[in-house]
This record gives sequence, C-alpha cells and structure tokens, in this order.
Amino acid sequence: MPRRESPLQSEMLQGTLDMLILQTLVLGPAHGYTIAHAIERGSEEVLQIEHGSLYPALHRLQKRGWIASFDGTSENNRKAKYYRLTPEGRRQLAAQTSRWEQVVRAIGRILSPARKTEQ
Amino acid sequence: MNWRTLFKPELADSEQRQELEFYLEMAAEDFAARGMNPADAQRAARIKLGNTTLIHEEIHTMNTPKLIDTCVRHARHTLRTLRRNPTFAGAAILTLALAIGANTAVFTVVNSVLLKPMPYPRSDELVDMRHLAPGAPGVASLTGGLNLSASLYFTYSEQNRTFQTLGVWIPGTAAVTGVAEPEQVRTVLVSDGTLQALNVQPVLGRSLSAADQALTSAETVLLGYGYWEARFGGDKSVIGRTLSVDSRPRVIAGVMPAGFRIADTATDLILPLRFDRSRLMLAGFAFQSIGRLKPGVSIAQANADLARLIPVWMDSWPSLVGAKTGDPLAAKVYGAWRITPALRPLRDSIVGDIGPILWVVMGTLGMVMLIAGANVANLLLVRAAARQHELGVRAALGAGWGRNAGELLIESMLLACAGGALGTGLAYAGLRLLVRIGPANLPRLSEISLDQRALGFSVAVALLSGLLLGLIPAVKYAAAGIPAALRGEGRASTGSIEHNRTRNILVVAQVALALVLLIGSSLMVRTFNALHRVDPGFTAAAQLQTFRVAIPDALVASPEMVTRTENAIVEKLRAIPGVTSAAFASALPMDGSQPNWDGVFKEGQDYVPGEPMTMRNFVNVSPGFFPAAGTHLLAGRDFTWSDLYGIRPYVVISENLAREWWGSASTALGKRIRSSPIAPWREVIGVVQDVRISGVNEPAPATIYWPVLAEIPYLSKVVMATRNAAFVLRSNRAGTAGLLEEVQRAVWSVNAGLPLAETRTMQTIYDRSLARTSFTLVMLAIAGAMALVLGIIGIYGVIAYTVAQRRREVGIRMALGARFETVTWMFVRSGLVLSAAGIVLGVVAAAGLSRLMSSLLFGVTPLDPVTYAVTALILLSAALGASYLPARRAAADNPLETLRGE
Repeated sequence: MPRRESPLQSEMLQGTLDMLILQTLVLGPAHGYTIAHAIERGSEEVLQIEHGSLYPALHRLQKRGWIASFDGTSENNRKAKYYRLTPEGRRQLAAQTSRWEQVVRAIGRILSPARKTEQ
Repeated sequence: MNWRTLFKPELADSEQRQELEFYLEMAAEDFAARGMNPADAQRAARIKLGNTTLIHEEIHTMNTPKLIDTCVRHARHTLRTLRRNPTFAGAAILTLALAIGANTAVFTVVNSVLLKPMPYPRSDELVDMRHLAPGAPGVASLTGGLNLSASLYFTYSEQNRTFQTLGVWIPGTAAVTGVAEPEQVRTVLVSDGTLQALNVQPVLGRSLSAADQALTSAETVLLGYGYWEARFGGDKSVIGRTLSVDSRPRVIAGVMPAGFRIADTATDLILPLRFDRSRLMLAGFAFQSIGRLKPGVSIAQANADLARLIPVWMDSWPSLVGAKTGDPLAAKVYGAWRITPALRPLRDSIVGDIGPILWVVMGTLGMVMLIAGANVANLLLVRAAARQHELGVRAALGAGWGRNAGELLIESMLLACAGGALGTGLAYAGLRLLVRIGPANLPRLSEISLDQRALGFSVAVALLSGLLLGLIPAVKYAAAGIPAALRGEGRASTGSIEHNRTRNILVVAQVALALVLLIGSSLMVRTFNALHRVDPGFTAAAQLQTFRVAIPDALVASPEMVTRTENAIVEKLRAIPGVTSAAFASALPMDGSQPNWDGVFKEGQDYVPGEPMTMRNFVNVSPGFFPAAGTHLLAGRDFTWSDLYGIRPYVVISENLAREWWGSASTALGKRIRSSPIAPWREVIGVVQDVRISGVNEPAPATIYWPVLAEIPYLSKVVMATRNAAFVLRSNRAGTAGLLEEVQRAVWSVNAGLPLAETRTMQTIYDRSLARTSFTLVMLAIAGAMALVLGIIGIYGVIAYTVAQRRREVGIRMALGARFETVTWMFVRSGLVLSAAGIVLGVVAAAGLSRLMSSLLFGVTPLDPVTYAVTALILLSAALGASYLPARRAAADNPLETLRGE
C-alpha cells in the first residue's frame, strides 16, 4: 500500500531515530516519555529531538513488528503504554548498527584527510 | 491497514491522545520538580512535545491508503453537509429511489419474462411446433397458426430426424371424486414424449412412458405438487393408490416437483393421452406441442425436416374416421391450405406478444429515469452554485480540480446509492404486489423474482446516475476560476447566466420527455375508453354469474340424457330466488377457450372439391342463452327445448355472417346451410348480434350457433351433446358466496357427482380480456404522472431559482415603479418559453415514438391530434402555474426590504 512518508524528517534522520529507539529498548521496556529522555540524556543533550516526533516513529516501528506495546503502570502509578523490543527488532538493531558504523567509518575516512590538509 | 482507524478514527485517536497526555503529565511534573510553577511547567511540556495535531495526522496517514481515505473522508464530510440539508437530500434520494425502483421493477419483469431461460434443462433446445396455413381462410388469421393433430403427431414422432423427442398436450379439466367433495381440477393431457422433452423427473414415483399411452394398459395419473400437498398432505404412500378422475379409476404413478408447469400451464393432474390409432384422421388440429431438438439442430433444419413429412402424413391417414388413406380430395384440400411448419422456440411461444408491451413500459420508465435524473442534476447544480464561493476558496488554497470534482462526485454517488438502495426496496415491494395481483396474460408470472441480474441492473443504474449527475456540476464548478468565484461573492452576479443555461436545457428536456409520456398514457386512456364503448355482445356483465359443469361419459352415457341433465340444472337454477334467467353454452365470449373453427356452406354455393373453405366459429347454445347473456336477437327466433329433443336441423347465425351471405338479418331467415356434403341441410331460424368472442379489441368472428344437442355438423345421424357446459345465470347477487352455495346445491340436487368449475362473473371474464390493456394503461399512467410531477417541479425549481437570483433587480424595478404584473410576467414568460420549447420537442419525439406502441392502441391513431393538443395544453397550464407561484412571490416582496437586505 502506498504510504506517504513523514514530511517532518529526512530519510536519514528517520532511520537514525528508529535506531536510537531500538537501542534504548535494549535495556528493557519503557514508555514514550522515558524513551525520549533516555535518547536526549544518552546523547549528552546533543540530539535535541522534538519529543512529539517520537510517537509516529514508535507507531511505525510497532507496525513493522520491531517493537511491541503493552499496558503497564508507570513509576508514579499511572496507566501508561509501554514498548519492548521484539526478537525481529533486536536483529534489525544489530543490522542497522553495523551499517551505521560502516557509514560513519566511511564518512570519517573521507573527512579525516581533509581535516589534515587544512591543518 | 487498519479498518478501525479508517472508519472510527476517533477510537484510535483516543488511544494516542491518552499516550500524549501521559507524556504531557510526566513532562509537566518533571518541569515542576525543577521549580517551575504549574502553568509554566505545562506550557514547557507542550513546547517540548510539539504540534500534537501533526503527530495525529502523521500516524493517521501512516495507517490509511490514500485514495480510500480521501473518499471516506469526503464521504463523511458530505454526509455531514447532507444531514444539514435534509430537504435537499430527501428530495434527491426520493426522486432517484422512485425512478430507480420503477426501472428495477420493470427490468425484473422483462428479465424474468423475456430474458431468463425457461426452468427446464437446456431449455434452448425446446420448440413449439406450429404451422402456417396461408391457404386456410379463417385459420390463417389465428394468432399462433395451426397446431398439431393426433395423426400429425404420430407421423412427426415416428419419422422425424431432427428431434430428440416430441409430444403433444392439451389442457383441460376433470372431476375428481372420492377424495373430498367432488372437485373440478385442472388437468393436462400429455402424449408420450412431452414430459421426456421437458426432461423434468417426478419427485416421487415414476414419470409417464409410452406404455401409459397404450389403450390396453391401466389408466394412470401424475399429481401436481400443489395438488398432492393440498389433497394428500404430501403423503408419500399415494403412489399406486387409485384416484377417481371423471368417474374412472386411475393409478397414481408419480408426483411432479413443486412449480412444475407444462410450458406456462400449471396443472393439478397430468393424464396420459390414449389415442386409438384406428380412429384417427388427418384433421383435429387441437394439440399444443413441445419438441426437443437434437443438439446443434437449427429451427430452419427442423422446419425442413417436418415439411418433408407433411406429404407423408397426407398419404398415411384418412380424411374421415375409418375411411381409406390417400384420399385425393383430402390431399387437394390440405394441399390448398399450404401447411408449412413454423417452429418457434418454446419461450417465444409462451411469452407471446407481451414483449412489445414490456419494452414500451421499460422505455417509458427509462424516460422517467431521465426526467428524475434531470431534476436531481438541477438540485445538484443549485447546491454547487451555492457552494461556488467555498469551492473557489478551496481552489485558492490549493485544492486541485480533482479534489473539488471528487467531492461533488462523492456527493452525487452517495445520493444515488441511497436512492438505489431505497429504490431496490421499493421494487421488491412492487414486484410482490404485482405477483399478488397477477395480471392475466402476463406469462411466466410465477418466475418473476429480483435475481442477481436485476440487482446488478439496479446497482449499475444507481452508479451510472451517480456518476453522470456528479459530472455535470463537477465540470461546471470544480474548475471555476478562483478569481471569478471569489469576485462573484456578495453581490448578485450576472455571471450565473452561463450556469442557468445548463439548467434551462435540463428543464426543456424534462418537459419534452414528460410530454412524450403524457401523450403515451393519454393514448392508452383513449384506447381504454374506446374498448369500453365497444358493444361486446352481452349486457350487464356484473350481474351474470357463470360456471362450468362437465358431465363425463362414465356418469351419463347417452347424449340426450346429458342434455336432459343440463336442462334439469337450468330449471333448478331458474328456481333460485332472484335469478331471472339461466342457460348454458359450449363456450362463453372472451373466456379464453380456443374458438372452434370449422367450414360451412350456404345453399347454392356448395362445397367445391379442392377449394379452400372459409372457417367459421361454431358455438353450441341452449335455449334461452341469448336472452340470458343479453345478446340481442335481430331476426327470427331462439331455439326451444323441443327443437333440441326433436333433433331439428336448425341453426342461429351471427349478424355479420347473415350480411355477408344474404345482405341482411331478416333475409337470412329460412335460408339453409351445411358444413359438409354428407351432412343434412340446416335452416337458419334466427340471427343474433355479433359477439366479440376473442376480446373487445378483436373483430367479432362470423359465428354459427348450433343447439347443445344436435347431429355432429360434419357427420350424419351422430347426435352429440355439450358435455362441458358453461352455465350463465342472471341475478343481482352474482359473484356472492351465498348465490354460489345455492347454485352448488341446485346442481347437486340434479346429480351429486357434478362439481362446479370456473365460477366467476361475466364481468371478471370481460376485465381479464382487457387485463393487458389495463396493465399497460396503469404502467403508463404511473410513468406519466411521475413525469408530470417531476417536470413541474423542474420548472418550478428553475423559475424559483432565477427569481431568487434576481431579487435585487426586482427590488430596483419595483422601487422605480414597475407594475406588479410586468414583473410577474417577466418570470412567467421565461417559464413559458422553456415549456414551449420542451413541448415542441416533445411533440416531435412523441410523433416518432408513439408509433412503437401502435399495436397496443385501439380506436385511436398514434398521431391523434386531439390527444396531442389536450396533453400539450395540460402541460403548458401546469408549467404556467409552476412559474407563476415563485414569480408572484418575488413581485409581492417589499422592494425596500429586499434592497436593504442586499
């Protein structure tokens, strides 16, 4: 089925956000607010994501079967929707992480000599 | 994709809303914990989360295929707007429902009667064997041509090369005794081959075979399913039991399946025909036939095959019972008849000439559909015009043509679908009513049902009308230039003249179509009147009670005793209080029985061997039949009972025959006739007025009335009685159960084994003979009335709309001193111009189309000027009224208020 992709995020950023969410969930199930803060803090506040954009991403990952949701109770005793990683999600995380690292290495190799010549 | 999110977005939304609210609470708490005051904390949380609507939309889009989503969203939007305009929606849906319903109903009838195959296996192989006999005067004019004689059946059956099997059959009645009260039931006598050709097996027991046709075998009978259920309660042990039919025992061989009909004839009992081959002759063309062609054989091949057998048949059988075969005279007579096989598919033979009527009705309702469509298109145009500003704004905001057009299309589709659904319901109800009323002469009535094809038709009509109706405003408005649409806002614009043109064209078309339909129904009304003015040859039909009594051989053997029994019944009937006269005959006018054709000669113009004979209608009547029926005696006298018992050679003839042969009724008296050279001469003792025996729309045939007890016309010294007698009695209580009870008692007091059959009044018979005309009239009248109402609404709508558009102008005119009449006339005139244009077109179209229905007309030509003029005047005055009402309202407005309102 044809699906309109989000105009808010570029392909690159979207993939990155997905990866970050999956990575966060490796540590255990969490609800949306925790995930948002985990990503923000984990990146030492460098990645300032608009928290709203997290929810469409969660929805998308759930539809792909990489994460699953269940109703849980939050730390302050409120009903909340929790997400956890599925085995498929774990595989995807591994694959994407290694590809990400490849891309980063490749970009690094391209950028490093340039920096050297500048110096 | 998720249907829940498609159709119930609120539900899915609420889950997401909860999730986001949970986020907001958590975030707000965090911010508050860092020392913000609660209001600031909440604002900060919202900022952190971002635009929630965008989040919802993004998730929603992710879930839904675009096209369907757009449609559903538009549909929901349209439903909302329609709910806000219930009058508009109601008017449009109801108009479409009536039109689609009427069309679906008639299509169902057309489909069931004309299109669907017959309910027999491989029914396209079935044929009805008729013959043309152009050389046989009288017979040639018969609808359907010549049937088969028993001898012809044997020749065909034994020597054909193109048929799998063929048989003959003839419907009749029989008295069943010993089950309940004596009862007259419907029978069909079938020869070997008939049931085999239809290829329908009994549900119980066995079918009939060649053995049952043999004279030496035990007499057998098959039960119809309905009769078996009604009389034997569906008891399976009836097989092998004996049933007394016409006082003769018959063994029950089987039970046919429910709904089984022979051709279109329903029956209670099926009896085998048992021919005595030694007593057959060439003539006696009384039998209907059914044949099943071999696979791949065409009608032309079968015709050729049977044509080859006609000379064989003429050589193989005698012209008179017991005579030698190969009579050269017979060969000459029948040779002169030029008997030619003219096979017809069985379906055509059953459907008969109902086809043109159904197509005319279908065509008229198609026109109603067009008129209704034009009305709804007008409504949609008005709505689209009203939304022009909205559409313009939307276009300015980036909605493409497709989006606007889609919205308009979806609206018309929704209306059409609702109309279609409602219409199908109406059609279903209407068809049930039709089957319940059961108009006579509508063949295959029992097979009428709203099947898949009819439903498909209804859906197709609904979708197509939805599409077309939506396209008109879509083409007109969806692409309307943004600036034009926006500029027009606020002030009454004249740019709408362009849009009015479409509406005007629609109204002109509507008026034209309405006129065509009105002319059609007026012609039918005039036909109906003309038919009612025709003197049928009997009077006060409603006071004439009729019924049949058949006296079987087994009950009363001698012909004279049969007549004496019938005579006794007449006396008993006359003794019933309130009965002024009673008598009987072999057949009643218009009762649907086949006329009994035979040749007859006047003295001095005798039988010329080889000359074809002119066929005349033979009827047997008892003394007193003419006065009882109200058939006027023009000259001479009626039969008396002593004429009958004395076997005096007298006849009474009809006026047209008297005129044809002797110039006038009175000169015919005393003249002599005979029907074959070996028969004695018979004297004409009376002349009666012509009787329309085949219906008021058919000319009265020349008729010879024989006494009910007389020598057989074409034999000498063989006396025959009328065993199956149709009694008539005149009473004010005709048709009441009380009278029938007394009649039954009177008959049983003469012989307790005689059941009554076909109890009905002459009025019923008369009405049935007009049933087809009435049916057409009612259908056309309904279509005409719908067309008139829709057309008037159309004109009213256009004028009212123009008036509304020009309120400002009217206000200015009135303020400047224009007269009330001048302003009113201004609008009425435009209404009249439109109607006049429609009427001119309509007259032209009607002149072309009414010729198609000329076979249905009687006493009026398809181009009858009076009908055209009166109908056009009626339509014009209705249009005048429809334009005057809104015009007067506009002129009556206070000009100051109108202008202030602007």
